[in-house]
Amino acid sequence: MTATDTRTTPDADLARRPAHVRTLWIAGTLAALAVVMAASVALGARDVGLSDIVAGLGGAESTLGEAAVKKRVPRTLLAMTVGAALATAGAVMQGVTRNPLADPGILGVNMGASLAVVTGIAYFGLTSPTSYIWIATAGAAATALFVYTIGSLGRGGATPLKLALSGAAVSAALASLVTAVMLPRNDIAGTFRMWQIGGVGGASFEKIGHILPFLAVGFLLCLLSARGLNSLALGDELAAGLGEKVVVTRAAAALGAVLLCGAATAVAGPIGFVGLVVPHLCRLVIGPDHRWLLPLAAVLGAALLTAADVVGRVVNRPSEIDVGIITALIGAPFFIYIVRRQKVRAL
Amino acid sequence: MAEGRTRRIRRRRVVIGTLAALLLAAFAGTLMFGQTFYPPGQVVRVVLGEQVPGASFTVGRLRLPRAVLAVLVGLCFGLAGVTFQTMLRNPLASPDIIGISSGAGAAAAFAIVVLGLSEVGVSVFAITGGLVVALAVYTLSFKDGVAGSRLILIGIGIAAMLESMTAYILSQAGEWDLQEAMRWLTGSLNGSSWTEVTPVLIALAVLGPVLLGHTRALGHLQLGDDTAAALGVRVERTRIVAIVAAVGLIAFATAAAGPIAFVAFLSGPIAARLVGPGHSLLLASALVGALLVLAADFCGQFAFGTRYPVGVITGVLGAPYLVYLIIRTHRAGGSL
Repeated sequence: MTATDTRTTPDADLARRPAHVRTLWIAGTLAALAVVMAASVALGARDVGLSDIVAGLGGAESTLGEAAVKKRVPRTLLAMTVGAALATAGAVMQGVTRNPLADPGILGVNMGASLAVVTGIAYFGLTSPTSYIWIATAGAAATALFVYTIGSLGRGGATPLKLALSGAAVSAALASLVTAVMLPRNDIAGTFRMWQIGGVGGASFEKIGHILPFLAVGFLLCLLSARGLNSLALGDELAAGLGEKVVVTRAAAALGAVLLCGAATAVAGPIGFVGLVVPHLCRLVIGPDHRWLLPLAAVLGAALLTAADVVGRVVNRPSEIDVGIITALIGAPFFIYIVRRQKVRAL
Repeated sequence: MAEGRTRRIRRRRVVIGTLAALLLAAFAGTLMFGQTFYPPGQVVRVVLGEQVPGASFTVGRLRLPRAVLAVLVGLCFGLAGVTFQTMLRNPLASPDIIGISSGAGAAAAFAIVVLGLSEVGVSVFAITGGLVVALAVYTLSFKDGVAGSRLILIGIGIAAMLESMTAYILSQAGEWDLQEAMRWLTGSLNGSSWTEVTPVLIALAVLGPVLLGHTRALGHLQLGDDTAAALGVRVERTRIVAIVAAVGLIAFATAAAGPIAFVAFLSGPIAARLVGPGHSLLLASALVGALLVLAADFCGQFAFGTRYPVGVITGVLGAPYLVYLIIRTHRAGGSL
């Protein structure tokens, strides 16, 4: 059931894409990211002219347009960082669990981080952004461990269905708890939406600065385990036979992924499905080699979340749609598509 | 054999009788207790329509419609939930997990918040939303037959999408009103009045007997389509009638009180524990559902310093049970 191939396509040719094709894809994705970034600065709830954009990028905020542009810059950067972090975390989780449905949102990990932050604010008087990140990461780690344990009980280990179900159940419980913690507290109930849905609206350079060290460590851990993840894809026994320290690799990769989604959730709230969609798309074009997959997923994740945020800002001007809503609307059909492709055992 | 059957029937009767008595007691309790206590005599006089200073307002205008609505939506959710669970032979295939409640909730929220419709229009929207989602989940999970596990996963995906749609619709309401949002995100009985009670009462009076009338056929369906057909059940007809009736109940209840989390999911398995194997669970499950909503709403109002909407309480109670169910199934070596 936990088939050893986490690839979306069984096509063996794809596994051996020549290096220049891979480089081309990465370059193309980077170009797309640049376009999306430009769009994210230029487009928004308010129409601005070219001169405003240039002046705003230079730091001026004498007109409303310039001020709007100036606010969009950190927002774009935050969307990029969060997108890259979630997509990489998703790719690593799919590798670690050998499960095509793994995603920080579906497995409830983001909701766990969210609950941890809300609890910290409500009961432990946390106020500093750095403490949010620590407690979010702890919550993410605890949830990931819990969901994986439940999902892997019994026959067949952690099958996609069992993991996804456990994740959905835990996610629902955590969402209820977030509500229960927040409702009585009028002082934090105003930020209720952020901790339930997730968005990048309240971005600032300061916030990005707080999460950067955590993200750097997380990315580093993930990239270092890329080779190990390739071996893990062959199955634990074969990987051990190849000299891979299975437990160490798995722990390091999981820690990296948890750091990434914990830190991302601490500033943006729980955002789902990015970690599901992006790695699958990347595998489709670049093959299952994690050394290429993880960097491409990071770039594409950044582009996708930024694009989703732009869409959320322009679809229904002047009001904005939280990016967490957009990703769910794009991601859920994709989730269904993957479920339909899976050979799910009948009951 | 016959003796065992008699004993089981007697057990079921005892369970249903006890549940009904408990429900009656809980109903009376929620009318008497609250911020102020009203003695039974006064409550009875209010219910009979007499004017009692103070009690007439608190009991007659606030507590009575709320308690009646709690019982009605609980009956609806319990009945519809166990119908789905029986028909799809899986406790996880309840309408609140596979997205049908979310569909009805999203449609109802859209009708109220965006279109500004009143009761009838909202109910029409909710039932359409529920049926469309039921059809979509069934169609999407069809691939060489419908595998239960695929249906559940696809339902979870659709539920996630619909919930974010509900969140979007609510954010379009301009002012993000937390109480109103809670109603459509987790379900709430706050601000219940007789105008909400009427449509649910009518739906239950029409659709409830339809489902209860199919008790035997649904029991046979559990044995598999071929066996059921051999026993004289018109399989497709029974299935369609049951789905439409169950979705209707869910939709009307959701239009009145929002998608109260996990009541449809919890009622069936609890009823199964009480009644024991081999018997129809419909009536017992409906009573369990009503008892759950009534008790959870009372706890939400008075057990804590804050007034929690009923959906938060059932959500906090229900999710661990879902986790427990998954663990138990896995331990037993089941494949889910």
